[in-house]
This record gives sequence, structure tokens and C-alpha cells, in this order.
Amino acid sequence: MLVQGIKSRPEYKGLDVDPHAKRHLFVLEGEGAKALIDQVGAKGRDFLTKSEILYLAAGAAPKAYDSVISALSPDVFWQAPTLQPLLFRLRACLDLARMGTRLYIAGTEGFIGQIMQVAMEYGIDYHSIHTEHRGSTARRVQCVHCKGITDNVTTSPFACTHCGLPLLVRDHYSRRLGAFQGVNIDAEEPGTAPAPEEMFP
Amino acid sequence: MTITFRSETFRDDFTFRNSLYNIRRFPFPFDRDEYMYSVNMEPHVRGKKDSVFENLIDVDEHYVAEMQDRAMVLKEDPLRCQALPHMMAAQWDTLELLMEHQAQDYPEHFTLEKNGDRWRWINRPMGIDDTFTFGDPATLPYPPMEYITRQAQGDFCIVDQRDNNLWMDAGMVTTQADWSLDFDIGMNFMEWHGPVPLAHQIGVFDRALKFLLNLQQGKPTRRLNWTMTVNPRLDTSPENYHKWGPDRATVTPENVGEKMHLRVELQSLWRLPRSNAILFVIRCYLISFNELVTVPKWGRRLPRVLKSLPPEIVDYKGLARNRPIMLDWLAKYDDEAPTSAGIYPD
Repeated sequence: MLVQGIKSRPEYKGLDVDPHAKRHLFVLEGEGAKALIDQVGAKGRDFLTKSEILYLAAGAAPKAYDSVISALSPDVFWQAPTLQPLLFRLRACLDLARMGTRLYIAGTEGFIGQIMQVAMEYGIDYHSIHTEHRGSTARRVQCVHCKGITDNVTTSPFACTHCGLPLLVRDHYSRRLGAFQGVNIDAEEPGTAPAPEEMFP
Repeated sequence: MTITFRSETFRDDFTFRNSLYNIRRFPFPFDRDEYMYSVNMEPHVRGKKDSVFENLIDVDEHYVAEMQDRAMVLKEDPLRCQALPHMMAAQWDTLELLMEHQAQDYPEHFTLEKNGDRWRWINRPMGIDDTFTFGDPATLPYPPMEYITRQAQGDFCIVDQRDNNLWMDAGMVTTQADWSLDFDIGMNFMEWHGPVPLAHQIGVFDRALKFLLNLQQGKPTRRLNWTMTVNPRLDTSPENYHKWGPDRATVTPENVGEKMHLRVELQSLWRLPRSNAILFVIRCYLISFNELVTVPKWGRRLPRVLKSLPPEIVDYKGLARNRPIMLDWLAKYDDEAPTSAGIYPD
């Protein structure tokens, strides 16, 4: 379960297909595919003819959600091998997007954050984006000291992958950076960092 | 009054000291013998002569040294000064407000001449004499907010107002009590206060936000906030925590009076005329315990406040490690006599 009550953290209220949207753009990662599949169960299949789905299987590849989605025959289904080409394709979609397009994002929090960053660059109000957290609670963390970002952090403290300092993962989130804040845990007495504890499985 | 500016440092050899005059005008933040978060806002109007409230933008003996320290911080880390693109009108508002107040209240040190949009700004302590066109950033050596806040004491945040919220969309932050502008820029009022304990639950931020959304031009407001800092270090940023954090382990019963500093923020908030943004000035004042206890009322009150703090606040303000040493040392200044109400010396 995610920690509740962090004021700076976006609320992920869940996908809820907008019946008034002219076009649906789904950007999904791993278990996030299930958020879409559940919407089909709840709302029927009609919206799929107006839907473009970008999918990154990541750690959920063995579950073959891609073939489930593909079998639903959406208007467009496209799979990315990694995040970088997915972001490239997303930009192309947003370049061409028209009024009435609704954006939906589902997956891990780090993924949602990075997709929202791109969406906000394109002037989409973050309140209007539907988001659903699925899969691991691993965090994307920015080191406040060197500014390097480490993805998929599951422990606190953890060693910054850029500068090596042991970082405490704070419950403070920046939407602009799409990351939590990591602060050196043993600054007052270097060398006394406690052992990493699995906090975000 | 002509101010004699001190030559001093806020790092390395820490030669910062307060003159006797400056000790007496220190904004001691405790008006009673205990402390809890509250919406402790009052109109930012001129106060007593020889207090920090005498002028609404206070310039004191540390001005030149603080500006030198700021320049050093910016060389190391330019991200301490940032503004989102829609904040340009608010940047000019800020420049105007700070120039007008400094020139009006300290005419020996600052002069502002306006000839239409052609302005001449003279800052004698820093040896600056620039003529520029108000509204044209190309006529200044830095963007307007950076230009003027390199010449004004305190940190500065410009918050935009929209969607019934306030947004931290610009700032010059080099003397902060452990928060990061680079991380918080773009956040709304609730978000950037996210890590503060207790206050959310007792509704402090809801009330403060409601109050600030209605702030009127020409009626600035203020509050005091405080923490403690080991050594008179202005730049206690999270960015550099791994550099200043070790200072906290250097406090001993012998050196606590010299090393431990009460750090007070005089926060003032100003509605800006063109942009409708709010300028949030966070002016930091430092005083060592040795200096502070020369005022008997403050020496009595500080240990009482420290003793009564809730553990969450002790933790959040980073006081846990040194509180026992502080309390032991301060105990001798508390003769258990009653203290008078309010913050001023008797």
C-alpha cells in the first residue's frame, strides 16, 4: 500500500473513460495494462475504436498483457521496447493531438511521473489527466545534492547511482521532476548510514 | 542613519558577529514561554525605531557580507535562482518594490531616479550605478528578479495566484532553512509545505492560504518563523546538507554559546501590482546564544520554549541531537522569574 497523506504527491484517482472525449490516448506500463482491461470490463468496448494505446511491458512482459490488449482491437496499439522510444512516440502523438483528446496513464509511479512531465510540456493541465497506479511501489528519486535521478528505488536508504551518497527517501514529491526527494542520511556523522530497508516493494 | 557595514563571513572561518546595537534589534520570535505553530500573521507596518520593523525592507550591518555570500552560492549553484517563464511581470514588480523601499528608507546608501521608463539605480555600498529601461530585460545585466535580489537581504519567492491557490513559480533562495527551490518550484502552497509536521492537521495551512489569497496591494503582512543553526551559516540548503550537516556533531558544552545560533525568519508578503502575484520575502537573522543571553528576558525565555517543544517540531527543525546540551547551558540564564509579554527586551 502506498503511504497516505503526502501533500506534495499527486493523487492517482484511477482511470475512468471519459464518454465525451473524441479521442483516448492511453499510455500504459506493465501492470498498468490491467487498468485498461478493467475499464473494458466496466464500460464495454465502444471506446476502443477511438483509442490509441502506447504500451511498455517492462517487468510484466511474462504476463503477456500485450496480446490481451491487441485482441481487443483498439484503433491503434503500439508497443515500446523501452521507455525512451515510448517517450519519443508520445511526443509525436501529442504533436498531432486535437481538441477533445483525453490522456490516461497507468503503471508505476515513476512511469506516471515521467509521462506527466511530457504532457505538461505540451500544456496539458495535470488535473485533466487520468492516472492509475499499478504494479510496484518503487520510487523514482532525485538526489538533492547532485540532482541525479535514480529509478526503481525500493529501499531507504539507498546509494545514489550518480554521486554515491546514501540517501533517505523523503515523502516529498515534485511533479515537475516526476521524482521524490533523496537527502543524505548520514550527513551529520558520515559512515553511520543504517542498512537499507525494503520500503517500496 | 548611515549604517557601518561589517566585513565578515558566513562560512569557513565564520567571522559573523552582531554589534551591540544589532543584538538589541534582533527579532526574537517568542512572545511567550512556549511555542506552537499558528497563523501568527500581523500587518507588516512600521514598528519601533531601532527594531527590524522600523523599515519594511530592512537593511542592516550585514548587508554587504550577505550579498557577497549570495554571489558565492550562485557561482556554485545557479539553480538557487529560477523563474518560470510566465513570471516576468512579477519580476519587474519585485525590482520596483525593492528599489523603491531601499531608496526611500536608506537614501544615504541607495538612490532611484525615474525618468519615464528610463531608471537610474545607485547602490553605494556595492558600488553599482546602472541605468536601464524598466520593462526591458535586455538593459540589465541579469533578469530583473536576480538583478535586484543580488542587492537585497533575505530570500525571495514570487508566488503566482491562480485556481484558488498559490504557486511557487520564481525565487532567489540562498539563505534557506533546509528547503530546495529547485525541488519545490512549480508547487502549490499545500505541496511545498508538504513536509511540515502537525501544522496541516491543525488547519494552519488552510487558514493561511485563505488569508493570503485575499492579500491586498499596499497592505503587506508578516510573521516570524525560527529554527537553530550551528555556526552562523546562511546557506543551510538541502543541496549542501552533506557539507554543513557535520557541524551539528561539533557542539560541546564548552562551545555551545558560541556555535549555536537562533535563526529567525522575518517573512513578509506583498501583493504585487502588475502581476497580481505575491512577493514572499524570507529575511534571515542570526544570533549566537552568547549574544542572545545578553538580553536577560530572552535568556530566561529560550530554555522554557525549548523544553516545551513537541517532539515532532524538535525533529523537523533538526534540534534533537543538541537539545540536551543547549538546555544544560541555557539553564543558568533562567532564574525562574516571570517574563513580560511580547518579544522586545525589557
